[in-house]
Amino acid sequence: MEQILGNLGLLLEFPVVNLKIIIDGVMIGALFALAAYGLAMVWGVMNVKNLAQGDFVIAGGYIAWWLAGLGVPALLGVPLAFVVMWVIGWVIYKLVITRVIERDLFTSLLATFGIAIMMAQLLNLMFGSDTQSVNLGYETLFFFDGFVDVPIAKLIGVCMAAVLATCVIVFMKYSRMGQAIRATSQDARAARVLGIDTEKVYAFTFSLNAAICGAAGAIIVMVWVIQPFYGITYAIRAFVIVTAAGLGNLPGVIAAGLGIGALEQYGSHIFGIGYQQAIAVLLLLLVLVFRMIQQRRSRQVLK
Amino acid sequence: MTMARPLFYAALLIFIVVAPFIFPDFRTQLATLWLMIIVALTWDMTGGQMGYNSLGNIFFYGTGMYVCAVVGIGIAHPVAEYTNASGGGIYKFTNTQYFLGAFLGILAAGIFCALCALIIGYFTFSLRGPYFAIGTLGVAIAAGELVSNWDFVGGGQGIALPVYPNDLDQGKLFFYFLFAITGVVLFVFLNWMYKTRFGAAINAIRDDEEKAEAMGIHTLRYKLTTWAISAFFVGVVGGISAYQLIHFEPLETAYQTINLGIFMVVCVLLGGKGTLWGPVIGAIMFHVFKEVTWNYFLGWQWVALGALIVVTVVYFQDGLMGWLKHTKPEWFGIRVESTSDEGAK
Repeated sequence: MEQILGNLGLLLEFPVVNLKIIIDGVMIGALFALAAYGLAMVWGVMNVKNLAQGDFVIAGGYIAWWLAGLGVPALLGVPLAFVVMWVIGWVIYKLVITRVIERDLFTSLLATFGIAIMMAQLLNLMFGSDTQSVNLGYETLFFFDGFVDVPIAKLIGVCMAAVLATCVIVFMKYSRMGQAIRATSQDARAARVLGIDTEKVYAFTFSLNAAICGAAGAIIVMVWVIQPFYGITYAIRAFVIVTAAGLGNLPGVIAAGLGIGALEQYGSHIFGIGYQQAIAVLLLLLVLVFRMIQQRRSRQVLK
Repeated sequence: MTMARPLFYAALLIFIVVAPFIFPDFRTQLATLWLMIIVALTWDMTGGQMGYNSLGNIFFYGTGMYVCAVVGIGIAHPVAEYTNASGGGIYKFTNTQYFLGAFLGILAAGIFCALCALIIGYFTFSLRGPYFAIGTLGVAIAAGELVSNWDFVGGGQGIALPVYPNDLDQGKLFFYFLFAITGVVLFVFLNWMYKTRFGAAINAIRDDEEKAEAMGIHTLRYKLTTWAISAFFVGVVGGISAYQLIHFEPLETAYQTINLGIFMVVCVLLGGKGTLWGPVIGAIMFHVFKEVTWNYFLGWQWVALGALIVVTVVYFQDGLMGWLKHTKPEWFGIRVESTSDEGAK
């Protein structure tokens, strides 16, 4: 308790520390937002709640890490992870997801949970359970007498995340496939009547989601660390963001992602690093309770 | 037929009693099997019979462990100092203290978990379908993380309980029978409960909650009661496990979200959701599968398990009982009028 008060006092005494926390939070939140955007897309288009989302992120990170170990330039790892995860996502779609789309939601939840366990264990068997990261070797910038440190690697990571997000948004808005995806998410049956091959759209959406997650993971491995079993927390964060923002609400997803990043950093600063995972999960519960109260006012339930 | 059923149950009961004596090397295994059967049956109460798929029932298992340990230690020694010294052999328990502590602890674990279910359920039961699953999963993960930061109960180190005071083989029998009695009581209770009005009401909630409410069923009350009963039994087996395992720690043993927490769901799905025997058969099947993979595919056991989950969920969701019901409906007293119905359905 004293430690918590002390940490709070530190925040008030040195307002710059707040700035550091917010910058850190926004940086990590940008990557959460990417994973959450993929989840919202899959959820909205084919009504599959993908609990393996976090493991896609981690798998992408390991692909980039493995390539970097082979001597591939680290920044090239991001597009390569994008491509490889696209293929993996497509395979998973064809093997499992295509058979659970029409089923009730718990089925997809449990099936993707099974996939998540499998992926985490395969990564563990292939790469070992140590934490890994790729060192880009860039310098760190310091502001405000060293209170705020911004590693250039993190800046690059955030920029890449922004570029990726912009590409996806433009693609969804203007390309033919993007239009088909949006049409399918509005009304799959009507889309089918109008000649859209929804099966193809589903496969494309799921692969795109896996690819986005993979790229996010490749960025994460450059700026933070990854470990085979970190996946579930990324999945939970993605769920928090999507539950808070709602489906098909892109600005909401980005805002919620950045907000959750910042809140988590604040939480782990005030309560200690041991609580970071707990804070991510408690945020989920808070969001659920809040949404529930909202729905209860109109005598509805959260479905 | 009328004679066959009581005879079958009597034979089963005798087998349950003599099994640990016939297979003395497998006493711990059999106790674990009972644990699986009990958690599967309790999961099926809400998941199969009431249509609320919880992924967080493991919360009650972990909480049961901790409550039981705290009560069991607390009647003899100050808990905070005990956990601080990690047991350490400094604190001795007399026979009376051990058994009284275990008995009170297990009872307290059950009651506390039932209360927890009432409180958590009050919030989470307005969530439906996948949100309920995610919400309860969140509760379990959050509880594990919080407890592992709580020094009063030993933090991430966990708690070491006293060892069974007498002969160790006798201890194994003792825990086997604790589990077995809980399991038999639970089974008999469910066998009765599913036939009552209460059972019909929770089935109605599963089939269509809005209609059930319109028919005058106070759905929240029924849901809370069902979850509290299931939580009571999970808490009790959590308490027994705590004493059986002697030492446990929060994330891997108590709130083991991806181990037992998901096993119980797979057990039920393997055996067949919403049937009385399904969870029991599923638990036996799953336990055998798990032991085989753990022994022969070491390292790959989790991959095999993930694959089992995916295959069960995607291709075999009705489980063994569902499949039997479909192929041999006459065994269940369902009369099929004509085969053309099948095509129409």
